[in-house]
Amino acid sequence: MSGPVLAFVEHAGGEPDRLSLEALSLARGLAETLGTTLEAVVLGSGGEAVAGRLGPHDVARAHVAADERLDDYAPAAWGAAIRAAVSATSPAAVVAAGSERGNEVLAHVAARTGLPMAANVVEVTPGDSWRVVRQRWAGSLLEDAALDAPIRLLSVAPHAVAVEPAAADAPAPSIATFEPDLEPADLVARVVGHEARTEGGISLSEAKVVVGGGRGVGSAAGFEQLQVLANQLGGAVGGSRVVTSLGWRPHSDQIGQTGLRIAPDLYIACGISGAIQHIVGCKAAKRILAINTDPDSPIMAIADYAVIGDLATVVPAITAEIERRRGTPA
Amino acid sequence: MNILVCVKRVPQTGGRIVLTADGQAIDTRFLGHTISPHEECGVEEAVRIIEKEGGSSAVLTLGPAGAEEQLRDAMAIGIERAILLETDGGEWDPVSTAAAIAETIQSQEAASEPFDLVLFGNEAADTGDYQVGVRVATALGRPVINGIKEIWFRDDRRAVFARREAPGGGWETYELPMPAVLGVKEGLNLPRYPSVPGRLRAKRKEVERVALGSSPSGALGLGAGEDAADGQGGAVPGPTKLGLRLPAEERTAATILGEGPDAAPAVVDLLERVGVLAR
Ligand SMILES: Cc1cc2nc3c(=O)[nH]c(=O)nc-3n(C[C@H](O)[C@H](O)[C@H](O)COP(=O)(O)OP(=O)(O)OC[C@H]3O[C@@H](n4cnc5c(N)ncnc54)[C@H](O)[C@@H]3O)c2cc1C
Ligand SMILES: Nc1ncnc2c1ncn2[C@@H]1O[C@H](COP(=O)(O)O)[C@@H](O)[C@H]1O
Repeated sequence: MSGPVLAFVEHAGGEPDRLSLEALSLARGLAETLGTTLEAVVLGSGGEAVAGRLGPHDVARAHVAADERLDDYAPAAWGAAIRAAVSATSPAAVVAAGSERGNEVLAHVAARTGLPMAANVVEVTPGDSWRVVRQRWAGSLLEDAALDAPIRLLSVAPHAVAVEPAAADAPAPSIATFEPDLEPADLVARVVGHEARTEGGISLSEAKVVVGGGRGVGSAAGFEQLQVLANQLGGAVGGSRVVTSLGWRPHSDQIGQTGLRIAPDLYIACGISGAIQHIVGCKAAKRILAINTDPDSPIMAIADYAVIGDLATVVPAITAEIERRRGTPA
Repeated sequence: MNILVCVKRVPQTGGRIVLTADGQAIDTRFLGHTISPHEECGVEEAVRIIEKEGGSSAVLTLGPAGAEEQLRDAMAIGIERAILLETDGGEWDPVSTAAAIAETIQSQEAASEPFDLVLFGNEAADTGDYQVGVRVATALGRPVINGIKEIWFRDDRRAVFARREAPGGGWETYELPMPAVLGVKEGLNLPRYPSVPGRLRAKRKEVERVALGSSPSGALGLGAGEDAADGQGGAVPGPTKLGLRLPAEERTAATILGEGPDAAPAVVDLLERVGVLAR
């Protein structure tokens, strides 16, 4: 009989995080395959309330460290706490979200235990040798790998697994509180200051329309036209890595593997070739319109609509047409 | 200040990835290579810190002989010393990579002076294992924090402040006593392009080489495996790559709305149709 599957659940404002629910979803399937139970580990003062909400996700038992030293993010301390839960439960696997924190904390568990860790897994198949499918290049490439160890540590790639809660009246998990032994060294790297977001217009990650510019925009000044269009559509401007590397736009505007992942209703890609590292950042858009002089550029393979032409004349023509239909002069 | 940056050589993939016939690697015959982007910013940051604070900087990579190119790129913008842990070109898993890097840092520090800061990328662009920096820091008993986009020092220069984006927006600050380890992200700075004299200088510099050969396949260290879960034994290497493949993609031919400015009415029709423009 295999040990349980232990899922690490991150939370905010009394609710489990979305990516942790995705991780629970994969963990639940794994527990079913193994014929074992799904258990969760939840950290911090608010842990018990969050644990109480995990019933519909099939969590049978939740291990809660309601230690207020774990309230603020401290990756080594969180790792130590999960490690303590691992000792107490001897799980077959530990599953975390492939979030920034999930990956970091799991890496601490891995470093402490000397166990291998597979990050951003999309599929797991237990057996004599465990097989995982995991993302490389932010999801542009898949790796089939063996993950063989007494306890398998894996994080779940964001948005790769659907969340399917069972009945809302499912029984709440039984709660086991525990007090991890934390060394002073575990609490050295912890948040000592917060700064709220400076509100400045529509954020790129939440905008319903994003107008993206690439090398084809030609200069920092060239982005003014894109901004006019974005304003008309109540959207935001973003760009490729080329334009941030050239200093035409700040890095916070970068869409892609080493920038932001966006999921707007419409992405208008202007003068962007569609390199794989850019595509991973914008493929979650509902629709993509490409404006490009080159009908054979790779962006055409993922765009739903395209205008072939020079963006320096196409974009102003679009903004003028919008003005015309609104009945105000451009 | 004494700083080490650990960088990985990765292929400069573009429009699409092509795999080798055996599906074990990216076909790099027609591709250049680069320093993985997060680490490129780590290199730039180390150079800026040393320019301001004085001290020395080094860059380290574990990779094939060809990775010398990335070490020279780092030296071309001002890193002083380079260390190549030379492999046979086969892939090393993150556990074995971290063990080799930690061991090298220990021997380097024993031979000269300790590194106040060791910089890693938040994750390597190719494998994206999200763990090598944390493993090295843990092996060295040093504090570590990832995702860093801003670095500055406490007045007494005994601690480093580091900032990263908070999950719900905004920023969080960390304060780590040095020696410390940071995992940095692109956006930390805007890396400079190397100058011609910089390139020439880098070309003449020594690269320290340590021959590693092929990736260890067994467990690392004494008693590894048996007690791994108790953190008593050595580490279990992995995950073990079996093969690579491209994700299935849903390709649909784009609907061409038109050519040049004449396409504007068709575009605005589309904007109205999908509801992003109030009629
Ligand atoms: C490890 C790694 C990570 C990376 N991460 C990212 C990332 O996060 N985000 C990212 O974007 N990139 C990233 N890149 C870079 C990526 O590989 C490409 O180099 C980059 O996306 C190309 O940017 P671009 O499309 O603006 O430029 P180009 O590839 O040069 O394309 C310019 C396009 O504009 C078109 N064009 C030119 N003039 C005009 C005109 N007047 N009107 C209309 N069209 C015109 C051309 O036909 C072409 O298609 C990464 C690369 C690596 C190696
Ligand atoms: N082969 C390598 N040589 C030097 N540094 C590496 C190597 N692999 C990983 N790293 C460093 O560790 C970081 C995290 O890598 P990873 O855990 O593989 O995602 C990278 O951003 C690099 O800074």
